[in-house]
Amino acid sequence: MSPTTASSKKLVLSLVLGWVVVYIASAYVLKKLGLSTSVVITDSLVSTGLLLLASLLVINSAKYYLPSTYQLVGILLSALILSLLWLFISNSLLKITFRSSVAYLDFLQNSLLVRFVLGFFILIIVTTAATLLYNWQERQKENQRKADVEALSREAELFKLRQQLQPHFLFNSLNSINALIALDPPQARKMVQQLSDFLRGTLKKEESKMVTLEEEIGYLNLYLEIEKVRFGNRLQTRIDIGDDCKTALLPTLLLQPIVENAIKFGLYDTTGQTLITIHGHSEGNELIISVKNPFDPETSTPKKGTGFGLSSVKRRLYLLFARTDLLATGAEGNIFETIVKIPQQQ
Amino acid sequence: MSKVIIIDDEFLARSMVKEYLKKHPQLEIVAECSDGFEGLKAIQEHQPDLIFLDIQMPKISGFEMLELVENPPAVIFATAFDEYAIKAFDAHAIDYLLKPFDQERFDKAVARFAAQNKPTAIENTKELLNDAQLPGSNSRIVVKNGSKIKIIPVQEVFYLEAADDFVKIFTKEGYYLKNKTMTFFESFLPADMFVRSHRSFIVNIQEITRIDPYEKDGHVAILKNGAKINVSRNGYAKLKNVLGL
Repeated sequence: MSPTTASSKKLVLSLVLGWVVVYIASAYVLKKLGLSTSVVITDSLVSTGLLLLASLLVINSAKYYLPSTYQLVGILLSALILSLLWLFISNSLLKITFRSSVAYLDFLQNSLLVRFVLGFFILIIVTTAATLLYNWQERQKENQRKADVEALSREAELFKLRQQLQPHFLFNSLNSINALIALDPPQARKMVQQLSDFLRGTLKKEESKMVTLEEEIGYLNLYLEIEKVRFGNRLQTRIDIGDDCKTALLPTLLLQPIVENAIKFGLYDTTGQTLITIHGHSEGNELIISVKNPFDPETSTPKKGTGFGLSSVKRRLYLLFARTDLLATGAEGNIFETIVKIPQQQ
Repeated sequence: MSKVIIIDDEFLARSMVKEYLKKHPQLEIVAECSDGFEGLKAIQEHQPDLIFLDIQMPKISGFEMLELVENPPAVIFATAFDEYAIKAFDAHAIDYLLKPFDQERFDKAVARFAAQNKPTAIENTKELLNDAQLPGSNSRIVVKNGSKIKIIPVQEVFYLEAADDFVKIFTKEGYYLKNKTMTFFESFLPADMFVRSHRSFIVNIQEITRIDPYEKDGHVAILKNGAKINVSRNGYAKLKNVLGL
């Protein structure tokens, strides 16, 4: 059971208890005024029973209608209308029930004002209680929602950080450096430099920043150099960028995850040498980059190879350009291709 | 003298292990392999006492390779980053080296190997393979077909049937045997795709054409290729649940 329904149950329970108290009080007062027992019971039952119904109505409607401004006026107004209505109905019912007793009808007529005032106050109390309860519940829900959203964004932030650091890549690179320290110290030093430049680049870049294709390729080369030290001549790359699009702009670090994906897919899905080609050209006012890697169509489902690594690229392109058609993948024979289009400003 | 094989796809990672091994002349390197296929061949050829094994490797992972070895030797894993697997290692007293590692840590792993007797080491490796739920690999099953290694994407599996100590994996080409338990496959295969319909059967729900009543309590599932799969009462309930009936 949720806490909301639990407190609603409590509300109804206290309402019933309150009703019992009011019923007894009313019966007591009427008896003191010298009315007969049957009249006392009937009058109290009709008046307080109808009052209970009105209260339930208030509780139910407060659930759906929560005036945030003019709350006080709302409470007063609804209590006023309801108590008038209650007075009218209970009065009519009692009049019909005891139409033969002139003394009672007289008494009823004289007590109208008192009844109205009492009913009005009781309904004000009930309405206020219901409004407060629902306000409180609403606030609880709102707080919960806020906490959920915060937790979610924290999670996303952490995930992004982890992604940025690329632990697998980082630790494997460090391991390579460790080996190179004994085998080839100058190469080890060079790789430390490359790794530092690469990491610095990853950390300082802002998501929304645009860079030229030439800059992005320079950065990509840094990454590829490190991977080539790790994988030796298993990894071959060919970069082929038309002169016309070297100054084209694209979101920073957009290509790195695509190439990383291609390398992983290529290297881990085949044995022997793996050639990754990166091709760029302009078409209309779009920059088009194609990244190709080999794979084994017999043993892998290309869909799976793309899914994870590329979904963040897709999301980023959507946030920047509000388009979902900018990233496409396809397979032909044993070559897998990822094509990304970047709209250029005229 | 113990025979050692190093299996890692990165040359530098292998040379790292080789360098650290210089301090342990009692361990003789009999082979160096850059993927699981080479590794499997070398293990069968040399019957080593110990292997250093990377997890992420081309085509088949270190685990998948180990599953295909009939009598797995003692293993020391060397891996960069793999949280899930590490828990499994701990549980089975199998040592793992987190890359990059230094000589000191390496020596410890070797000492741990030396302290174990051979049968215990083999038992540990086997248990690890039986229990470990290895991340990201439940999209395929790697089997050995004679001397060839076959990678079966799970969606191509029709059904599995228990056969003594083995499980028969049925595909359109016939069946392959794998030395694993039904319980292993039940938790390994994606639950929205495969259902344990019976003590001896796990079925790919996409292959089912219809389910008929059979004898008094049971049912039988008819697959697209005509195969009939036993369905127990419990299995029938599970099938109905997954199929949304």
